[in-house]
Amino acid sequence: MITAEFEYERPGSVAEAVGALAAADGDAKLLAGGHSLIPLMKLRLAAPGRLIDISRVPGLSAIERDGERWRIGALCTHTQLSRAGVGLLSEVAATIADPQVRNRGTIGGSLAHGDPASDLPAALLALEGSIVAQGPGGERTIPAADFFSDYLETALGPAEMIREVLVPAADGYGFGYQKFNRRAEDWALVAVAAAIRVQDGTCADVRIALTNMGPTPLRAGAAEAALRGAPASAEAIRAAAGQAAEGTDPPADLDADAAYKRHLAAVLCERALRAAAGIA
Amino acid sequence: MSATTERHVGQPLRRKEDPRLITGKARYIDDIALPGTLWAAFVRSPEAHARIVSIDAGAARARPGVHAVYTGADMADIGGPLPLAWAPPGVQVNNPPHWPLARASVKHVGDPVAVVIGDDRYAVVDAAEDVVVEYDPLPVVTDPEQALAGAPFVHPELGTNQVHQWTLAGGELEAGFAEAEVTIERRVVNHRIAGAPIEPRGVLADYRAGTITLYSSTQVPHFVRLFVALLLGTSEEKVRVIAPEVGGGFGSKLQIYGEEIVACWASRRLGRPVKWVETRSENMAVTHQGRDQIATVRMGARRDGKITAYHVQIVADLGAYNMLLTPLIPSLGAFVMGGCYRIPAVRTDITGVFTNKCPTDAIRGAGRPEATHMIEVMMDQMARELGIDRLELRRRNFIPKEDFPAAVATGVVYDSGDYHASLDKLLEHVDLDAFRQEQARLREQGVHRGIGFSTYTEICGLAPSRITGPAGVGVGAGLWESALVRVHNTGAVTVYTGTSPHGQGLETAFAQIVADRLGVDPSVVEVIHGDTGTGPEGRGTYGSRSLANGGEAIVKATDKVVAKAAKIVAAELEAAPEDIVVRDGKFSVKGSPDKGMTLAEIAGVAYIGAVPEGMEPGLEETTFNDPENFVFPFGAHACIVDVDVATGKVDVVRYVAVDDCGNPVNPLLIAGQIHGGIAYGIGQALYEHVVYDDDGQLVTGSFVNYALPTAAELPSFELDHTVTPSPVNALGVKGVGEAGTIAATPAVTNAVVDALEPLGVHYINMPLTPMRVWRAIEEAQAR
Repeated sequence: MITAEFEYERPGSVAEAVGALAAADGDAKLLAGGHSLIPLMKLRLAAPGRLIDISRVPGLSAIERDGERWRIGALCTHTQLSRAGVGLLSEVAATIADPQVRNRGTIGGSLAHGDPASDLPAALLALEGSIVAQGPGGERTIPAADFFSDYLETALGPAEMIREVLVPAADGYGFGYQKFNRRAEDWALVAVAAAIRVQDGTCADVRIALTNMGPTPLRAGAAEAALRGAPASAEAIRAAAGQAAEGTDPPADLDADAAYKRHLAAVLCERALRAAAGIA
Repeated sequence: MSATTERHVGQPLRRKEDPRLITGKARYIDDIALPGTLWAAFVRSPEAHARIVSIDAGAARARPGVHAVYTGADMADIGGPLPLAWAPPGVQVNNPPHWPLARASVKHVGDPVAVVIGDDRYAVVDAAEDVVVEYDPLPVVTDPEQALAGAPFVHPELGTNQVHQWTLAGGELEAGFAEAEVTIERRVVNHRIAGAPIEPRGVLADYRAGTITLYSSTQVPHFVRLFVALLLGTSEEKVRVIAPEVGGGFGSKLQIYGEEIVACWASRRLGRPVKWVETRSENMAVTHQGRDQIATVRMGARRDGKITAYHVQIVADLGAYNMLLTPLIPSLGAFVMGGCYRIPAVRTDITGVFTNKCPTDAIRGAGRPEATHMIEVMMDQMARELGIDRLELRRRNFIPKEDFPAAVATGVVYDSGDYHASLDKLLEHVDLDAFRQEQARLREQGVHRGIGFSTYTEICGLAPSRITGPAGVGVGAGLWESALVRVHNTGAVTVYTGTSPHGQGLETAFAQIVADRLGVDPSVVEVIHGDTGTGPEGRGTYGSRSLANGGEAIVKATDKVVAKAAKIVAAELEAAPEDIVVRDGKFSVKGSPDKGMTLAEIAGVAYIGAVPEGMEPGLEETTFNDPENFVFPFGAHACIVDVDVATGKVDVVRYVAVDDCGNPVNPLLIAGQIHGGIAYGIGQALYEHVVYDDDGQLVTGSFVNYALPTAAELPSFELDHTVTPSPVNALGVKGVGEAGTIAATPAVTNAVVDALEPLGVHYINMPLTPMRVWRAIEEAQAR
């Protein structure tokens, strides 16, 4: 459990960090909480030539309400987020791994890592949030739907870093996150994030996103469509949830083959939707 | 001397070990630094089975900081392969050579092919990646039943994958099955698990001036010394093995590992200390594993519930090589195969098999958890078949307490027991009628709750030599235990034990025992262990043997000290030695409590030499204790689970354990041992599983997917006990280190079946992972 050799630097600002990334020409990794990157390096599954430690860059740790959205700094830890009352994201953050990981791991790191088994990507996708990335040429805002491009791959350029995350406040929505894992600290075998806005007993809007059902987090479009406009009832939810895995092709792993994952997606979707709709 | 007044034995003293452990002052292998130390890193096979075509270490040798790269060919001068210390009389055991560094071929992923020695850990780990090994892959076999059927062969020169066949039988099996009105058969799987100690292994070998000092994270320093001496062609007085603080073993450090031999050999060759500390990845791949048994189990009974015959045929996957005790391990279960029941005919047939996987050996109960799992699962299966309540069936077959000591069909004699009492006690905590009502109510709400039981006994306190040794079971070593008790000038006491504790808290328990007998406080009794350079020859810590054998040795040595002290006191106070008693910290004359001497005063006399005529000066004694029998702890456990039938996830909501380990020396230590054991049992039943794919690649190579349970997965355990002293030792104690892990797996499994009966699931094999449970429900529903 010894990493390969690497250079280390600690920039003092976002601009310095981006400059360092650009100078490293693709052979660098940003280090924030380190809870995904360092294990990979110790197992020598990752061997970046340079670590750019942004953990002390000022101004990236705030969580603030800005009108109809939340602005979350890239260095906000999961613990911080879990206590900030940011609706679904806070609920999701509280389920990540264990307290040590939550105390160190950051939202920016989690999203940039692009692991479809981690929790925040699906939640952000369900809420149709976006990622503000800073690169050498300036900043751009990337919708979550365009951000996760493949397994452990994102739309971030080689010299871009996440500065903040924008999440609609989603006032009036109810939320549910159902995560299935073997042990509390494990990654999800499957998880489902749901948000519903109920108006006059009808599901006026439905958002469902799936964790670990493919190489990226996925929206469960068929289930959403089935429930949108339907009554917010246990029966309608059950019928819609049955379509949660439609169109997915989840990879088999040790603890869950594809058929079981699809089954889990439906079960968890029903539970998440019921929670979101306030049905016990 | 008359009986002493016990003040410390039986009390929940806090552990003497803990201050150093919780303040970070304990010294593990990785904390020990010797000047001039070089580091070692091993180059390991990525192939499960291959011929080594070539090894090119040129680039690695050329790297800065690298001193040497050695292969198996370089170690041609060692005295032999790694040892198998089991030679059962009359049984042929195929035992192809197992070298510290592979020669010619590799047999499992992680098999070491070279070692890189260099200035620091970074240098050698980097250089190891530069050693180019060309492999010619050979066919792989990972399934033991397939391996038994024929080629491919793990060791082609044998022309078979069978290691051995071993049988233990007693009673008339055919007659028993003929008498049976009901016979059931199940295929019972005890899947492969890892020891998974928090501290992986590690070695630091220091050769200087003809003597080797080896620091090793081991449970058996004396065995390691013997084999280091034999394999390095030196003799035992030139080898000192020290087990410093050892962070758990669970059987995985009851071994002679190649890394120990390589480090000593390389240190001698280079004239520098050589250190290696195992990574977690290495620990998962190459530190020996356990279980991996597939058994065909038949049980016959009369309609009235009397079990008449029990036959267990085990295919034991032993992995790629025999290690120290590999093929013996399933046999340890055979002696208690019939559990706590009076079964007139019991037979166990074991077939050991080579596969291209890490070797198995002693892990967490070693053979006895498998046996207990089988009998306790079968009792539930038979109860269902007979339509008799499963606890009633147990009661009808329990060996009654008046039968003890009880000779059983397997040929051993259970020392003491009261199985009805422990089950009765358990049911004081578990109100079964209330549970059944609650279960019915919850089922209406869609919650599937179940209760499972395990009434167990096991065989531990590994000794005596006459049974375990070469003429008996065939272990190539007598299994007794030693102690040296030394009273210093000031009355302080040092105890040297041949056991080698590594987390059990024996320093505390031993100090309690000695303190009471010598009339001193446990704080002035220091227990030294794990160092072959001090104290007498010893046998180490495993098989729940250290208190029953090592503690008893300490009792005997202490009693000798007391007898000598009494003579000194008697002479000083002009009384008869038999009138001297130890009371209130003093050796005093019976009937005159004010007349007495403290241990310090007695030691003063002993060391000044003012001892009675004909008595040697000094105050210390040594004992080698070889007991007459094993000890057989027992108990009754209940597990309550909720099964989420939509997902298959099992949640342990309550666990109640009543254990009987004889007289309790320290209830706090006992609780700690049982807690850990139950956690490991639940771990095996629900979470842990070492998985290899068909190519022999290890799938569960880290704690990410080798799922050890954490506190978040476990309920708060409820413990109680009965006390049935063992007649085997003066302390009346039995071992408790493995009891929890031996008892727990069937309690969990039976609970899951109880929860799922209404859904048609009547039998299921571990590990009870969510996907397997869900699938069992699906299949039952489809029937």
